[in-house]
Amino acid sequence: MSIDTSLEAKRQIEICNACRYCEGYCSVFPAINNTKVFDKPSLTFLANLCHNCRGCYYACQFTPPHEFAINLPGILAEQRQESWQEFAWPRGFGQLFHRSGLAISLLVVIGAALMIWLINLLPGQENAEGFYRLLSHQTMVLIFIPAFLLPIFALVKSTRDFWASINGSALQVTHIKDALTTALSLKNLSGGHGEGCNFEDEDRFSLARTHAHHAVFIGFSLCFLSTSVATILHYFFNNPAPYDLISLPKLFGIPGGILLSVGSAYLAYLKTKADPELSSPKVWGGEMAFIVLLFLVSTSGLFLYILGGTSWLAELLAFHLGCVLALFLLTPYTKMVHGIYRVAALLRDAQLKSRT
Amino acid sequence: MDLFEKDFDVIVIGGGNAGLCAAISAAEQGAQVLILESAPKIYRGGNSRHTRNFRCMHRTEKFPLTGRYDEEEYFQDLIKVTGGKTDETLARLVIGQSEDCLDWMVEHGVRFQPSLSGTLSLSRTNAFFLGGGKALVNAYYRTAEALGVEVSYDTEVTDVKLEDNRVTEVCCRYQEREYRLTPKAVVVASGGFQSDIDWLADAWGPAARNFLIRGTPYNRGVVLKSLLDQDVLSVGDPTQCHAVAIDGRAPKYDGGIVTRLDCVPFSVVVNRDCERFYDEGEDVWPKRYAIWGRLVAAQPDQIGFSIIDSKSIDLFMPSVFPPIKADTLDELAKALELSQDGLKSTIEKFNQACTEGTFFPTELDGLSTRGLEIEKTNWARPIDTPPYYAYSLKPGVTFTYLGFKVDKNARVYSQKGPIDNLWAAGETMAGSILGQGYLAGFGMTIGTVFGRLAGGEAGSHVH
Ligand SMILES: Cc1cc2nc3c(=O)[nH]c(=O)nc-3n(C[C@H](O)[C@H](O)[C@H](O)COP(=O)(O)OP(=O)(O)OC[C@H]3O[C@@H](n4cnc5c(N)ncnc54)[C@H](O)[C@@H]3O)c2cc1C
Ligand code: SF4
Ligand code: SF4
Repeated sequence: MSIDTSLEAKRQIEICNACRYCEGYCSVFPAINNTKVFDKPSLTFLANLCHNCRGCYYACQFTPPHEFAINLPGILAEQRQESWQEFAWPRGFGQLFHRSGLAISLLVVIGAALMIWLINLLPGQENAEGFYRLLSHQTMVLIFIPAFLLPIFALVKSTRDFWASINGSALQVTHIKDALTTALSLKNLSGGHGEGCNFEDEDRFSLARTHAHHAVFIGFSLCFLSTSVATILHYFFNNPAPYDLISLPKLFGIPGGILLSVGSAYLAYLKTKADPELSSPKVWGGEMAFIVLLFLVSTSGLFLYILGGTSWLAELLAFHLGCVLALFLLTPYTKMVHGIYRVAALLRDAQLKSRT
Repeated sequence: MDLFEKDFDVIVIGGGNAGLCAAISAAEQGAQVLILESAPKIYRGGNSRHTRNFRCMHRTEKFPLTGRYDEEEYFQDLIKVTGGKTDETLARLVIGQSEDCLDWMVEHGVRFQPSLSGTLSLSRTNAFFLGGGKALVNAYYRTAEALGVEVSYDTEVTDVKLEDNRVTEVCCRYQEREYRLTPKAVVVASGGFQSDIDWLADAWGPAARNFLIRGTPYNRGVVLKSLLDQDVLSVGDPTQCHAVAIDGRAPKYDGGIVTRLDCVPFSVVVNRDCERFYDEGEDVWPKRYAIWGRLVAAQPDQIGFSIIDSKSIDLFMPSVFPPIKADTLDELAKALELSQDGLKSTIEKFNQACTEGTFFPTELDGLSTRGLEIEKTNWARPIDTPPYYAYSLKPGVTFTYLGFKVDKNARVYSQKGPIDNLWAAGETMAGSILGQGYLAGFGMTIGTVFGRLAGGEAGSHVH
């Protein structure tokens, strides 16, 4: 973690601690009030608690050019980014992919090329229907099981390191309940009054980002559920893909794909409207590429469903699987990882609150 | 600029709380309104940006306020701080209407929060703005713009011309060009004159050059002067300003709330010559907060030093600047550029005069020195446990008292009587109600009540 970022975050937080006007916006300010020393663990914790709602920036009487130069969302975003990169395993991947949209795009291209190559190289599954004819179920499993497990392993390691670094202790059910309700309702993006955050139109409060995020989160969860159900059907009920429209995988997958596609497009649009200086400008490209990747995964999946019977099948399948592969592999090293750190910070916040 | 070619019914001078309430109220009457604001957009909102609450009467419990606070209690609180120097009719008008303001503010976009941590004592009397005064100002600008109010930033009004007891012209400067506008009605809401240091020095004496200004650098009293020069009636002592003791390292302007210091009651305060000059433990700090501005202003170089030891460092709200810290009194004196012998001798004398007793940081504990010329009557504990800490103190001006004399409709008067189309609101007329002293949260209440009145009157005047 860079000393400059920590020093600057500490400087700004100490001004906030003497002011406290923003106390009603989010969990960060009450947590600041309860913090005695602003050392590295507490700064990392506070930075990950911040949801970048930006309320405290537009409400601040000390933003630049004022000599106190407060930009709390900005400095906390820097601090947060540095912690994600520091706790990424292996660390170099975190540093590369958080920052570089290009690296993310390259990985997608490589993934898609790999799929094309495999489709052409391997025979496929002869008497299977749909895309298994091009790429056998076995091949897919061979690729995606490691692509699924490796990131999980990395995530578990990062989470444990992070939790230890912010001095997290044993969890109680009440902490978990508190943290999950706060996380799922995006309470920290509500502005304290429920009218949302300041993002796409300066100081105007709006629920746009909250809604877009809900769409992405629910969409992603439904897609994930669809895949899980399909796996169960495949192995335990001898019922492999493709599925009818009225089947569990499709009933989860199609609405999920649409929500994820619309939500990610909306998030990307909102991001182009927001002031990059109130986040970490260094990772703007990486974050944008990641949102686009979410959009591509869902949209290509939908197209695969619609155009699966045409001659485009091979190209679509390769592209879709390439995107999914990149998304899986990149989970520990892109914005995707924020969910884990946020929930951990909210858990820690719940612990600290229950003590006072 | 194109905006200045248009015809406006009402011009509001100053886009702080009072000006915005006026602009919104006038626009709701159907008037075409233009706000002229001398600051750039980022610094819009004057001193209102620095506020955190307004004082609100309420007969029943009402979010975010606890309990009840009736007109009589409110009025008595006001009388206490002004020593009776208050216009009872106007004061009761403001107090009575403050209750209605809460709903009006919410309807116009302001949001509230429970009283901030460390300010529990105000939770019954003062309603805190969610996000503070700048959030309030932002919300009002949004509301005003939605009502069609136009705003011109970076535009300083230089002159308001009167003829036959009517405003005929408003002169302003935008990007180094002069413009003359001829609205049908005008609301002045451009604050006091505290940021014109020359004027302050003329009024108070040369010492004022060392004062810090807690709020906006844009309240320079230009409109006040222009109108007073044309025989408009004033109220308020022209030589007085409200000043508190703030951290001496604060910026010259706009340091805001975070530069306040709460350490005085637990400290020994000396001047540049290492002499004590007032009882630091006279009363709990919020009550005595306001007199220290004057006390420090009367010292050589207008500076004081509040000295504590490690026993007291955690007893008060942190300030924006870290204290100056040293392991010995000699080193502390050196860091403060004070005489080492002088400081040591004052502290030693003080320490010897301390008596045995129990120390209670949160209430008057009667722990007093005995035998000093100036006793410290509460919280007197020897300064003897290193490390030692010090903060420098300077007078920080909040506002000036001189303003327009208005009636209960916010109308401004000249010697010839009421001016046909001129109203005033906010700090620029607050002297009509606050003759001296200050009651926390009353500035925003005056601005809201009179802003609404002035805007409503100006709006209905043009229709
Ligand atoms: C640090 C601090 C904290 C405070 N806290 C509180 C509080 O919590 N509660 C409370 O009730 N009061 C508080 N006050 C007092 C409060 O700020 C004022 O009473 C209130 O803001 C006055 O509002 P106003 O609209 O009259 O003036 P302002 O908000 O100062 O607005 C005046 C506006 O006029 C503009 N202007 C000035 N001259 C010209 C010109 N010639 N042409 C064009 N525009 C011009 C200025 O740029 C400014 O925007 C505080 C004051 C300070 C300094
Ligand atoms: S962001 Fe600004 S207004 Fe908010 S608490 Fe910090 S210093 Fe105060
Ligand atoms: S950006 Fe929002 S969530 Fe982050 S500290 Fe500021 S108010 Fe809290």
